[in-house]
Amino acid sequence: MGVTVDGNEAAASVAYRCSEVCAIFPITPASPMAELADQWSSEGRRNVFGAVPGVIEMQSEAGAAAALHGALQGGSLATTFTASQGLLLMIPNMYKIAGELTAAVIHVAARSLAAQALSIFGDHSDVMAVRQTGFALLAAASVQESHDLALVAHAATLRTRVPFVHFFDGFRTSHELNTIEPLTDEDVRALIPEELVRQHRARALTPERPVIRGTAQNPDVYFQARESVNPFYTRTPAIVQEAMDQLAERTGRRYGLVDYSGHPEAERVLVVMGSGGETARETVAYLQAQGERVGVVQVRLYRPFPAADLCRALPASVRSVAVLDRTKEPGSLGEPLFLDVLAALSESHADGERAMPRVIGGRYGLSSKEFTPGMVAAVLAELDREQPRRRFTIGIDDDVSGTSLRYDASLDIEPPDAVRAVFFGLGADGTVGANKNTIKILGDEKGLHAQGYFVYDSKKSGSETVSHLRFGPRPISAPYLVGQASFVGCHQFGLLERAEVLARAAPGATLLLSTHHPPDRVWDALSRPVQERLLAKRVELHVIDANRIAREAGLPGRTNTVLQTCFFAISGVLEREQAIERIKASIAKTYGRRGAEVVKRNHAAVDSALAALHRVALPEKVTATREPAAVVPDFAPEFVREVTAMMMAGRGDELPVSALPVDGTYPSGTTAYEKRNVSDLVAVWDAELCIQCGNCSFVCPHSVIRSRYYEQSHLQGAPAGFRSAELNAPGLPDTRYTLQVYLEDCTGCELCVQACPVSAPTDPTRKAINLEAREPLLARERANIAFFEALPAGDRARVDFGTVRGAQFLEPLFEFSGACAGCGETPYLKLVSQLFGDRTVIANATGCSSIYGGNLPTTPWTHDADGRGPAWSNSLFEDNAEFGLGLRLAADRQTELARRRLAELRDFLGSELVDEILNAPQLHESELRAQRQRIAELERRLEALDSPAVVDLRSVIDHLIRRSVWIVGGDGWAYDIGSGGLDHVLASGRDVNVLVLDTEVYSNTGGQMSKATPLGAVAKFAAAGKTMPTKDLALQAIALASVYVARVAMGADPQQTLTALREAEAYDGPSLVIAYSHCIAHGYEMRDGLDQQYRAVASGHWPLIRYNPMARAANRNPFLLDSSRPRISLGDYRQRELRFRSLAASDPAEAERLLELAQQTVQQRWQTYEEMATRSAHDFLADARRDR
Amino acid sequence: MDLSTTYMGLQLRNPLVASPSPLSHTVDGVRRLADAGVGAVVLHSLFEEELREQAALDARIVDRPAESFPEALSYFPEQADEDAGPRRYLSLIERAAATVEIPVIASLNGTTPEGWTDYARAMQDAGAAAIELNIYYVPGDTRVSGRDVEQRHIDVLQRVKQAVSVPVAVKLAPYFSSIGEIALRLDQAGADGLVLFNRFLQPDVDPETFALLSTVVLSTPGDGLLPRTWIALLHGRVGASLAATTGVEDATDVVKCLLAGADVVMSTSALLRHGPQHASVLLDGLATWMRRKGFSSADDLRGLLAVPPGGDESTHERSLYVSALRAANASAYGHW
Repeated sequence: MGVTVDGNEAAASVAYRCSEVCAIFPITPASPMAELADQWSSEGRRNVFGAVPGVIEMQSEAGAAAALHGALQGGSLATTFTASQGLLLMIPNMYKIAGELTAAVIHVAARSLAAQALSIFGDHSDVMAVRQTGFALLAAASVQESHDLALVAHAATLRTRVPFVHFFDGFRTSHELNTIEPLTDEDVRALIPEELVRQHRARALTPERPVIRGTAQNPDVYFQARESVNPFYTRTPAIVQEAMDQLAERTGRRYGLVDYSGHPEAERVLVVMGSGGETARETVAYLQAQGERVGVVQVRLYRPFPAADLCRALPASVRSVAVLDRTKEPGSLGEPLFLDVLAALSESHADGERAMPRVIGGRYGLSSKEFTPGMVAAVLAELDREQPRRRFTIGIDDDVSGTSLRYDASLDIEPPDAVRAVFFGLGADGTVGANKNTIKILGDEKGLHAQGYFVYDSKKSGSETVSHLRFGPRPISAPYLVGQASFVGCHQFGLLERAEVLARAAPGATLLLSTHHPPDRVWDALSRPVQERLLAKRVELHVIDANRIAREAGLPGRTNTVLQTCFFAISGVLEREQAIERIKASIAKTYGRRGAEVVKRNHAAVDSALAALHRVALPEKVTATREPAAVVPDFAPEFVREVTAMMMAGRGDELPVSALPVDGTYPSGTTAYEKRNVSDLVAVWDAELCIQCGNCSFVCPHSVIRSRYYEQSHLQGAPAGFRSAELNAPGLPDTRYTLQVYLEDCTGCELCVQACPVSAPTDPTRKAINLEAREPLLARERANIAFFEALPAGDRARVDFGTVRGAQFLEPLFEFSGACAGCGETPYLKLVSQLFGDRTVIANATGCSSIYGGNLPTTPWTHDADGRGPAWSNSLFEDNAEFGLGLRLAADRQTELARRRLAELRDFLGSELVDEILNAPQLHESELRAQRQRIAELERRLEALDSPAVVDLRSVIDHLIRRSVWIVGGDGWAYDIGSGGLDHVLASGRDVNVLVLDTEVYSNTGGQMSKATPLGAVAKFAAAGKTMPTKDLALQAIALASVYVARVAMGADPQQTLTALREAEAYDGPSLVIAYSHCIAHGYEMRDGLDQQYRAVASGHWPLIRYNPMARAANRNPFLLDSSRPRISLGDYRQRELRFRSLAASDPAEAERLLELAQQTVQQRWQTYEEMATRSAHDFLADARRDR
Repeated sequence: MDLSTTYMGLQLRNPLVASPSPLSHTVDGVRRLADAGVGAVVLHSLFEEELREQAALDARIVDRPAESFPEALSYFPEQADEDAGPRRYLSLIERAAATVEIPVIASLNGTTPEGWTDYARAMQDAGAAAIELNIYYVPGDTRVSGRDVEQRHIDVLQRVKQAVSVPVAVKLAPYFSSIGEIALRLDQAGADGLVLFNRFLQPDVDPETFALLSTVVLSTPGDGLLPRTWIALLHGRVGASLAATTGVEDATDVVKCLLAGADVVMSTSALLRHGPQHASVLLDGLATWMRRKGFSSADDLRGLLAVPPGGDESTHERSLYVSALRAANASAYGHW
């Protein structure tokens, strides 16, 4: 009986059953393997040896590798799961594990490495970077193979003592759902005899038989010892083949170290590894059927490289070979697989075994770039040329180096008996979840095979999804997106404008469209190009108002069940009655554990779906004149129009190499050109009620609420609907105030409404800012925004930075990010950008903030009218504090150079000006402004001079303005993977500002426990509730004596947040601000985020503190406790959040126990803080840095 | 001094019962009540509707951000949104029953027929000594007849009685046209106990903010008059045990209820105001009063001031009413 799983689950299922210890750390796209292992362990599932494996989350992949090493040396069967930079962090231990001939398997969902940019998508860059460690490398090409070869790896490592990396393609195989034949526990046991396990155990370190392992060796013996392992590697290929053969005997699925398929007398052959081999094999079969003498060699064992097997696999008739590598090695003669194949053939030729074919090497598929039959055919065609290109790329347009081959994107080799379907939806509407269910329903049908792959976008709010599904009577091996779909589901009316939707439709395809337009009006609502495409492809159109049906069934916004029912009804993949029955059974199975109510509502949605489904007959001709809106406005910069807009339109694949920057450098402020209109409800200002406090704009996570004040005269020419009120501030008569909402960027999160302190006198539900329908306001507000932007920006020097009210007039230089609607992190970043943005550089750790901060196509960090704004960079996850410190060190050196040159040029530039610049205080905005004016004057005077010193000074002149270095990251970085670096940087005494956006969980990778996760909270890797209290990062930093430390929560005390950030920035030394950030991973409606922040503080969970070493220096107590004594119980705060509540539901006694302990922790910590707040200055350590 | 009492067939060490309140939300709270001496504890109510709504909300919270962003296809462990149903409540019954010697009575507020019966059965299986049906039903639909409302109470009771073997009490609201008749009907339908009366928590309005306020007003001794009046009338006329609740602030209130004919006396507000240890103050006061008045057993004083059975109740009530009115007027205006 087949099961439908993805590659991660397929691999993890075997890894878990073969292991006793799993040491893990979350990283995309491998995280699901670790999560499954943890879940199974917490459920008490046993491995094939009868034990429940121990799963431990480490602080980093380096930690996971070390724990793996230790567990192996302790005699356990151990494994880990990782990808990309995670695998790189394991390299030092991989040398050790291999050097000591230790049986182990690391399962890798192979992924790109961060180079010019991070990418979470798939290629072989990571696994190729460990080919030299001594690990064997085994490559699976499909979901079934990731299951089978996982077992081969575990079996072979115990037999050979050579450790294995078992890998498959990340964001293809890892996330592709496919029907596989699962291995039974007996299969697993058969390949892993217990005797081998005992031998492994016998090699463990034990005081009963003490040995010394891990010596230091000298020139006399190191070399010889290194060569001593050779026989183990020599034996490995044969042993792997033996394990594969044993598997074949039990399952009938036969694998070779290298497998050839194609014409027995092929002349042209591809060599490839990973899922691309599936595409190549199918294409070769197609071409062979057309009489071409072509073939493909699929490499499964890459290390130790099976040279002899490879040469044997190639027919003697082969004249030319193209080796495809899914990685890039700049500067090398060629990529690794190519070089290995070339060397193997060349040696075979030299030995007289065969004629030497021509061998060429090419790159394909980097970062999950599609690899399709057309591309395979193009490479084989290249081999047919008299002088094929020695090196090439396929799948892109390389107009810079001319490496790319042309290919036919339309080549379709898929069998006609397979149904192909694509679905376009939003993440929030549940489309993907429903399609996964559909795959499982059909995969479970006898004689049917199903495949599903899902494409997500990188925005966290309003994100779009595309589901690619195939079903058919034969196993499906097409690891690329559906190009010619017979069924297209468009689950959001607005998405139909995207060219891709109908581009993927085959002629005569069926389109299921969800729309609120009645069937007889739908046609008129379509734009001209859409109508044109529908007619050109003779599309059969069905419509339903799925939103209405879902809402009526008690599932607002969740159209998945309704549309899934329609799909089955229209597509006919199953009989209608049978399909309904299967859907209902699937709902009961999937949602059953969520209770009767959820099942009832979904069943109701199924029952009412079909009656609301309508077929729409299309007219003969296009009638619409409406054109879709331009992707970006005409006034956008050229790069945005030419490059960014293509990515935004989903056409980034068409961009040639020349269009892209060579070094990963992109213009800032591009989100301003992307009007996403993700929410139907948006914030609307009520000028009459507003008291102009600034709270709403302060908390707005998306910077869509802006305030300006201006003279009455500026209202001339204002659009009719432009709203303005008298400025409510003393000393500024005849001044107007406008609060403008950028409604096309608003996500409708409602935090502003919650933050608004006023209500209408007779209607407490009406605030001075409210949510209203966007559509009717669009035209009016577009005109208002244009007028608003033309108003003069407030003079920063006249704004009181010290108050929330004043801060609203500071222009945000972080805007319209793709963060979750209602994000708890972004308001802090926005505030930093408002306060210090024009002189700030930011080092951003990998995580949520690097994704919403730096994921293409558009990025939110922007610049002011003078072109100044935060310069932002993401180095890695683990190194961010050190990276930021480096920026500081450079700034210090360049400031020093600037001051030295300035002093040298004193006589030429005017002593008064030079002295003023050198001695200028730069703490307040007015002082900074004065300094900018002096520097402008300095630049003017420098124009008249010319000397090496002058040129030098010009190159660093910007450093005469005090530079603000910010180090930003989440708690996963600060508490775990970056903890060592952060500790060191805080202890450096250097002037850096660290902002920890503390969500108390790994948010970006989906809610895994960090050391910031509270005692008693449920998270991934702490499914039974965390039993360790949170690390007190603030107290650790205070212990260093020279660090400014604050713990803030904007929702509880915005003023304290503002004060703390300003003090931190002004402090000449390291500063640490730990900011409570509510998060979707906490489990409640995000509109209540601020209220929950308030409760976190009121319960004592998150006491607000500031520790300022400057106060200590001035003989005052440096420790301020800014929040009052806990006045609600911890339970009152926690019961609103699913992360706490779910434990109370699943294990009430344990939840009560942990809550009680957590309450005690709160009280004890409060007592400590209270005692500290009453000490005298001398009870704290003094800052010992010199010159202070 | 013998304070032992039989309530719905349960043997209680005394007639003081802690009725549902935040004090009985945890095992520790129940233990503190038992340590203070109460004869039994009624746990806070399990609300079926609340459980259903919570499950639907949790599903929404888990689903909405899922399958949207490639790095995080979910944000919670697989089990996090599992609908545990009444597990938390049942665990409280189990642990409380195992911790204290006194009977632990569960309280149930259902919304569906299956809800009433399934949860009641689960409560019994978890170790509840009895079940109190908290039929907190406010007919907001102005077309629902009084008879329908009454029938609903009868139906629920009968359904639950069929599902469980432990005693079942019905907690009644005072807002029936004929309290006596509904009490008798419930008695006939098999109620093992009648708890008089439920208090409706009614929203108030705030004239400053124009908002509706959900308020919890603790009861005061004056609130005890109504249940005592009806207990005095029902004593001896129904087979079901009678529990007086509301307005039991001090030992005198306990005595009054017993004299009126209550089998047990329930207290919430006083225990909330003064803490669980206030139970011992009430019991000591009861014992002191009994000693002073020469009673050695609680049974001896129970129902001494109830309406005598067999007489003409309406005459009794009428004469009491007239004389009470006259006395009240006399104190206010002097004799007329």
